Amino acid sequence: MANTPKGQNEVIFHSIHLPESWKLANYLSVGGYDALKKVLAEKMPPDEIINQLKISALRGRGGAGFPTGLKWSFMPRNYEGDKYLVCNSDEGEPGTFKDRDIIRYNPHQLIEGMIIGGYTLGAKVGYNYIHGEIWEAYERFEEALDEARAAGLLGRNILGSGLDFDIHAHHGFGAYVCGEETALLESIEGKKGQPRFKPPFPASFGLYGKPTTINNTETLASIPYIVKHGGQKFLELGKPNNGGTKIFSVSGHVNSPGNFEVAMGTPFSELLAMAGGVRGGRKLKAVIPGGSSVPVLPGEIMMQLTMDYDSIAQAGSYLGAGSVIVMDDTVCMVRALERLSYFYFEESCGQCTPCREGTGWLYRIIHRIEHGLGRPEDLDLLDSVAGNISGRTICALGDAAAMPVQGMLKHFRHEFEHHIQHKKCMV
Amino acid sequence: MLTPESLKKIDREVAKYPPEHKQSAVMSALRIAQDEKGWLAPETIAFVAHYLGMQPIAAQEVATFYNMYDLKPVGKHKITVCTNLSCTLMGAESAVEYLQRKLGIGFGETTPDGRFTLKEGECMGACGDAPLFQLNNKKICANLSPETIDAILAGLD
Repeated sequence: MANTPKGQNEVIFHSIHLPESWKLANYLSVGGYDALKKVLAEKMPPDEIINQLKISALRGRGGAGFPTGLKWSFMPRNYEGDKYLVCNSDEGEPGTFKDRDIIRYNPHQLIEGMIIGGYTLGAKVGYNYIHGEIWEAYERFEEALDEARAAGLLGRNILGSGLDFDIHAHHGFGAYVCGEETALLESIEGKKGQPRFKPPFPASFGLYGKPTTINNTETLASIPYIVKHGGQKFLELGKPNNGGTKIFSVSGHVNSPGNFEVAMGTPFSELLAMAGGVRGGRKLKAVIPGGSSVPVLPGEIMMQLTMDYDSIAQAGSYLGAGSVIVMDDTVCMVRALERLSYFYFEESCGQCTPCREGTGWLYRIIHRIEHGLGRPEDLDLLDSVAGNISGRTICALGDAAAMPVQGMLKHFRHEFEHHIQHKKCMV
Repeated sequence: MLTPESLKKIDREVAKYPPEHKQSAVMSALRIAQDEKGWLAPETIAFVAHYLGMQPIAAQEVATFYNMYDLKPVGKHKITVCTNLSCTLMGAESAVEYLQRKLGIGFGETTPDGRFTLKEGECMGACGDAPLFQLNNKKICANLSPETIDAILAGLD
C-alpha cells in the first residue's frame, strides 16, 4: 500500500514488529509503563484521569460503545471497603478475535492500563477473565503478570509509591454468555454464568457484591496512551464522539484475514483493501460489520460507510467489537443465518423464557427453510419470534439472537422467499 | 483422589481470590481435575466441591454449564473443530470432512482405539486463523489443510 493508513498500529500494536513483543523488556524499550510512572510521580488526581478519558471519546471496545470516562465516573469514590476492576477478555462472538492478539502480543500494555484503572477507581485487585478456548493466551498473560510483579510494577507498594494493586487471571471454560458483564461476575464467583438482573449495576453491586468496573481488553489497553499523550491527541486519531484507533478483526472471504488497527472513521473500502480484498476477486455480497450479533449489511451499502460507531449505526447496524465478517457472492444467506441461529440456540443460558425457547424456534424455522421444508408463513413467524425475544430478556443475548434474523430479512428477504418457494437455494 | 501436583495447582488458583470466596477457584479446579483424570466423573466433581468447601451440586452446575468440561470419557486427544460462520466461510467444512474421513468417526464419537474424540465447537475467538481446531482444550491449531492436519496428528502419541 502506497500510504500508511491513518492511525495504523498507533495505540495498541505499536510494538508488534519487535520479536517477542510480549516481554517486559521489549515493552519498556518502547516507553512501556511510562504512563503509570507519570501517574504515580505526579500523583495525578483520579478526576483528572477520568476527565482525560472523557475528552478522548474512548468508547467501550467490547461492543456496546459506552463512554469509558463516564463509566469510570460511576464508581463510588468514598466507599469504605473492597472495590474491583475486571477486564473482560471473554471474546467468543463469531468474528471477534482482537483481544487474543492484544494479550498475545502486548499483555503489558493491558496490565499497565489495569493498574492505572485500579489507581483511578480505588480498587486493590483486578481480574482478567480470559476466554476458555485460548489457553495459550491465558498462559502468556500469567507470565506477563509474573514479570510485572518481579519488576515491582504490580502488587504491593508499586514502584515505591505506596500504591497496592494486584491482578489475577481467571480462565473461562466455554460459555459465550460470560462475555455479558454480570454473567462474567457470576462466573468469577464460581457459579453458572447466568446474567444478573440490572439494576443494581456493577458499579454499586458487582463482584462479591462490591463496587466493580468492567471494561474490555482493548479499552483498558488504550488507557496508557491517553494518560501519556492526553485525551485530545487520542480523540484526534479518530473522529468526534469516536476517538482513537480501533482494532478491526476481518474474517471470511478476504485474501488476508487478520487484525488491523486503524483510525476510527477509516473507510470500509480501505479496511477491505488492507485485508487483501475479496477472495478470488469475487463480488462483495454482504458484511456483518460488528460481530455475529449485529444486522448484516449489503456490500454496496458497506462500501459507502466509514468504520466508526456513528456511521455504522446510521446504516442500521452496529460497529460492535469491530468484528468484520466478509461474504462474497457464493454465500447462501439462509445457510449463513442457520449457522448463526444454531449458535445462539446453543449458547442461550436458559434463564429467560423468550431467549431459551425463542432461540430454538428461530433455529428450527431457519433450519427447515434451508432444508426445503419452509412454509409460506415462516417469514412472518420469524419476524414475530425475533420481535418477541427483543427487549424481553435479562441480558442482550436475546437481542443478539434476534438482530441477525431481522437484518437478514430486511436486506435478503428474497433469498428466503426463494428457498421456501423453490425448495432450494438461488445462489 | 487427585495427585499432590494437582492439589498444588488448585491451591495456586484458590490464592487468587479472597479467602472467603474459595468457590471462585472451582472452574480452574475442575479443569485441573479433568487434565489429570481425562474427564469429570461425578465423584471427581464431588471431591473438588469438598476440597473447596462448596456443595457438590454447585460444582455439578458449573461442570454442566461450561462446554469444555467432559462429563463422559473422551479419547486421549480431543479435537474440537469450530464450525461457526467465519470458520465455515474459510473452509471449516472441508477440514471437518477430511478429519472425519481420516479418523473414521463423526462428531461426538471416539476412535475404537481410544486415541481421538472429535467434537464440534463454538467460536474460539480466533477466526482470523480459520479453519481451526482446539486440541485437548489447550492448543489452537490454525490454518488447517489436509497437509497440516496430517502433520499435527502424526505428531501425537
